[in-house]
This record gives sequence, C-alpha cells and structure tokens, in this order.
Amino acid sequence: MRARAVAAQLALLAAVAFVVWYLASNTVANLEARRIASGFGFLAREAGFEIGESPFLSYGAADSYARAILIGLINTFRVALIGVVLATVLGTLLGLARLSRNWLLAKFAAGYVELLRNVPLLVQLFFLYAVITENLPGPRAALSPLPGVFLSNRGFAFPVLQPHAAHAWIGVALLAGMVLAWLVARWARRRQALTGQPFPAFAAGAALVLGLPLVVFLAAGAPLALARPSLQGFNFTGGAVLSPEFATLLGGLTLYTAAFIAEIVRAGVQAVDRGQFEAAYSLGLPRPRTMRLVILPQALRVIIPPLTSQYLNLTKNSSLAVAIGYPDLVSIANTTMNQTGQAIEGIAIIMAVYLSISLSISVLMNWYNKRIALKGARA
Amino acid sequence: MKVRLAVAVCAVAAFASSTLHAQSTLDAVKSKGYVQCGVNTGLAGFSQPDSRGAWKGIDVDACRAIAAAVFGDATKVRYTPLTAQQRFTALQSGEIDVLARNTTWTVTRDTSLGLNFVGVNYYDGQGFMVPKKLGVTSAKQLNGATICVQPGTTTELNLADYFRANKMSFKPVVIEKLEEVTNAYFSGRCDVFTTDVSGLVSTRGSRAPKPADHVILPEVISKEPLGPVVRHGDDRWYDIVKWTLFAMLEAEELGLTSKNIEQNLTSTNPSIQRFVGATGDIGKMMSLDNRWAYNVVKQVGNYGESFETNLAPLGFERGINNLWTNGGLMYAPPIR
Repeated sequence: MRARAVAAQLALLAAVAFVVWYLASNTVANLEARRIASGFGFLAREAGFEIGESPFLSYGAADSYARAILIGLINTFRVALIGVVLATVLGTLLGLARLSRNWLLAKFAAGYVELLRNVPLLVQLFFLYAVITENLPGPRAALSPLPGVFLSNRGFAFPVLQPHAAHAWIGVALLAGMVLAWLVARWARRRQALTGQPFPAFAAGAALVLGLPLVVFLAAGAPLALARPSLQGFNFTGGAVLSPEFATLLGGLTLYTAAFIAEIVRAGVQAVDRGQFEAAYSLGLPRPRTMRLVILPQALRVIIPPLTSQYLNLTKNSSLAVAIGYPDLVSIANTTMNQTGQAIEGIAIIMAVYLSISLSISVLMNWYNKRIALKGARA
Repeated sequence: MKVRLAVAVCAVAAFASSTLHAQSTLDAVKSKGYVQCGVNTGLAGFSQPDSRGAWKGIDVDACRAIAAAVFGDATKVRYTPLTAQQRFTALQSGEIDVLARNTTWTVTRDTSLGLNFVGVNYYDGQGFMVPKKLGVTSAKQLNGATICVQPGTTTELNLADYFRANKMSFKPVVIEKLEEVTNAYFSGRCDVFTTDVSGLVSTRGSRAPKPADHVILPEVISKEPLGPVVRHGDDRWYDIVKWTLFAMLEAEELGLTSKNIEQNLTSTNPSIQRFVGATGDIGKMMSLDNRWAYNVVKQVGNYGESFETNLAPLGFERGINNLWTNGGLMYAPPIR
C-alpha cells in the first residue's frame, strides 16, 4: 500500500518535472526560431536611462542594467523595510485602540480599519499621489513651516547633518549603549529572581543608550553643521528630499497594511482567555503589566503567523510603485525588459527577487514564532 | 487519479505550445475573420476612441487599411490598446497580428526583438514641452529640471543621451500610463514633459487645461520614424502590411481619394488601372483580391486624407510628412 503511494507520488513529481522541462525547452526553441535574443548577457550592457532616486549607491545612465536593477532592489527594500516597521507600530496602536474603553477612540479605529481595508490599494495610491502633487505648491512657492524645511510638489526637503568623522563614533557609542543596557536588564532580572530586590533597569538602560552617544558627541566638539536645502534653478539642492512618489508609496502601504495588522492584533488579544486577565488582576498586577507580562506573550502566538503574511503582502504590494512612478524593482525591470526585449529573463529576475525576499521574511518570522511558542507544546 | 490528471495536463500543454508555429498570419487572420491590431491606449490623432467608442487616428487607419486589403471590409478590425511596455510582447506572443502604435523604428527593435518594421507612417522627433510661465526658451536651459517621461520608450533613452551629451543633469519621473504621466506634468510635479513632438502637440491640444499656457521648445533631439510592426518570419504578411501602407501614399501621389476612386475605376491612366486592379494581377501576387488597393482607398482614404481628418485638426502641419513631390519624405516604391 505504502509502496504504491510512494510510486504514485514519484510519478506525479516526474510528470510535473516533465511539464516544466517541456515548456522551458519549447520556449527556448520558439525564441530561437523567431530570432528573439535570450540569455542574461544584457545585464552587463549600458542601461542608458536615468533613475529618479538612487539612495546609498550612485547611478548614472552610463551604468549597466545590472546596476540599474540593483538600484531598483534597494528602492524596494527601502520602502518595504520602513513600511513594515511603521505599519506594525500604527497597526498595533489601532488594534489596541479598537479594544479601548474610550468610545470615540474605539469607533475611530473601527472606522479606519473598515475604510482603509475595503478600498483597493491602487486607488488609495492614486488618491494620495493626486493629493500631494495637486495640492502642494510648486518649488518656487514652496511652503516653509520651519527655516530650511520646504514642502512642495517636488517633495519634502529638509536639512541634514553635514557628514562628520565623529558621527560614526556616535553610532558605535549608541550600539554599545544598547548592548550594555541589554546586559544590565538581564542582570537585574536575574538578581530580582534570586534576591527579590528590584533594580531600576529601565532608567539605567535609558541613561546608557542616550548618555554614551551624548558623551562622544560632546567630546567631538558637538559637530552640528547642517546641510540646508535651497532653491537653485528648478529644484532644491542640498539637504535631503523625500520625493512625492516615495512618500505616497510609503504612506499608502503603511496605512493600508496597518488596517489589517490592527485586526490581527485585536484578534490576538481577544483570543487570550478572559480568565488570564482575571487571574492577573487577582494577583494584583496593574493593567499595563498585565498586558505586557501576561496577555501580549500569549497574544503574540496568535498574532505572529498572520502578521508574517501581512509583511509579505506589504513587500509584494510595493510593486504597485509602477503606477505612480516610484523606481522600484518592478518598474526598473519593466523598463529593462522593454529596452532589451528580454521579457522572460526580466520576469525571471523579478520572480527570483520577490521569492527570496518573501522566503527570507518567512524564515525570520517562523524562527521568531518558534521562539515565542509555548515551550513543550506541540506545533 | 493524480497521475491521470498529470498526463492530461501534459497533453494540454503539448497541444497548446505546438500550435504556436502552425499557421501563417494571413491564413490565421482569414480564418478568424478580422485583423487584431495593437494600438495606443489613447493618443489623439494616432489612436484614440471617440465619444462613441469608435477608434480614430492615423494608426487606426493603418489597421483599417489592412482589413480593407485582406477582407475588402475596413471594419473587420479588433483593437488591443497597449502601453509602451506591453506592445512588443503582445506582438511577439501572437496576441496581435500587427502593431500600429506610434512605435519608433530602431535597429535594436528590428533585429533583437524578433520583429520587422514595415515602413514609416509618421516621421517624428522628440521634443520638450514646458509651462510658459517658467520662461524657458531652449532645451539647453533645462539643467536640473524634473522631467516627466514614459518608461520603455526610446524617449527615455534619448533624454538621458541628450543631457549626458550636454553635460546637464535632470530628475526623471517615470510613469507608465500616458494619462497619469500627463496628469503629473499638468499638476506641476514636473517642469518638463518629453515625448515625440506629435505626442506633445496631441497632448497639449487634447489634455491641457489651457493649451496656450504650454510651449514646445524648438529643439528636436532625435529622429523618430514611427511605423507599423509585424513578427519576423512571415514574409507574406510583412508584404501585405508594407504595401498597404505604400498604397495609401501612392494613392495620394496619383490623386486618388476615397471620393473620386469610384470614377477612376474606368481611368485610362495605366498606373491607375494597375492600382485599382483593372489590369494586371498585383493582388494575386500578394494572395489578395485584385481590388485590394481600391478597397483601401475607397474605405479608408489615401495618406493625405487620413492626415487631414486625424492630425490637422489638432494643429499638426504636414512638414516632412508631405509627399516627396511636395518636399517631404513620404515616398512609395512603384506599384507595378
């Protein structure tokens, strides 16, 4: 019986492999018959088009297609990473707000979720983009709420610190402060468990995290020179600019995904048995501690798996950037495909990249999920 | 059960992919009864649906002319609106029979995409449009400007080339749909909108809130010969599309229009006799009806008529798109 089952599965696997092989070889044969170029050789050729935003890595029209696609990848990562963090924060706040005893807050959160969750993301993006580009003035009439800060339909221009050698050391100090704070907290927990004596670990940690960089900052002579944006010719130069496309995409993805995360958080908290609240209260734990020590650890077990798929959704939805002109991976790969005519290769690159991003997020979240799972419980 | 399903899937896949090669385009077109024509999603004067949903434009006329030549009925066309990015894949994959979508003829496209350009139905060049209030008078003053452009076009590449050659920089805002990219320009997101001059004139005439507020700069930075495209490897279909295009030019040169061609059926001029199919068997050589060219002109008109009805109302001038006899570049090889 078992042998038959194995044989059937092997046969199915072979059949699938055959179909894949057949389609692939047929495609290659057809491409050759029509003399359509194939292969990944085009990646090394000069791209010849410009890209609007290339943070962290310089790019010009004389660079290769491979570099252009890399810029697209960085842009995708940038919006997805920041989006995931913001959506999680906003979603958690909204989820908890919907459970609040404050009527106005709870109804507002409910209304937000229902509205944002039920309007297609693409429509929201077009709407946000129109709001930004149609309502804000041109660069010559830019709003300037603070000196050096400009808001126009070219984006949000703001001053940034002029790079200084001490900045790297301040970063190192911040990192060291965080590690030390973590060690202190661990030590304090252990001491309290052994001796029952509390230690103000939070205050000590905060002092370390903030104090160490501050000391380095002052020791370096407080380097606070600002690079201010100024209007030169058509646009702002100097400082940093948050483009309308990036702001639209980030805002759209965050607001949309936060609505789903809010529901997941609410469901997670409500999934914790009422008895757990009552037991915590009867032990004399105040409400915030009840949440942090009793409810959330149990709620997280319910929250993490669906949260993972929201992170995946957000990342994949970032490909809607094409519609509003944010140069993400798909947008640049599309342009590349069109200039070179090599659609199959381009799509293969897009698929491979999204697959690896998605699998990485899955692996990470599964690892986290396993860590917070009930010890000894069966998966 | 599963095994049987898998076998069925294989069989379907094998059948689906083996049909790709089988038929010539002309036979396929004849058997389905219409020409599937890839057009622009909406560029006034080239291909755009009118208020009643009927497609209008010189590219649309090219499609109708092909249908008139093949079926003797210019209405036997179905249109597939395509974005700049979708167009070549649609043609390569066989979704459309011919692409008439203001597409620039370049060597890369002609050789590496598995496509053939049949000729030119509009000689164009790339230009820049700016709001009048910016006070810009030359493209050389555009250093640092934000420029709206559509992706996957030669426009995008020419733009980068031009700025590199003139040691200037710019910020591109790249949006795929024509409607969205022009919205971005008219709302002030960009200082400049660039595309072929024909596209600028058409956009200004049909989409600008106030057309007089926008100027097209004098520099034309590229050659953009626009024309219909067919797949590689089907020479008969290639010939039909090419000579349909030439027939419209030849008709204008011979003075044949949709209104007078009826009387010219009995003309004694040998060129006209050959053209309308009264003598010779040019149609048969192309595997078409001998009155193919007559049908094209009777139902669609000659090139000049198509230009007058579609482009002239938007403010286009004939310019280099005039016949060679009038100082333009439009020249058809002899039909004999």
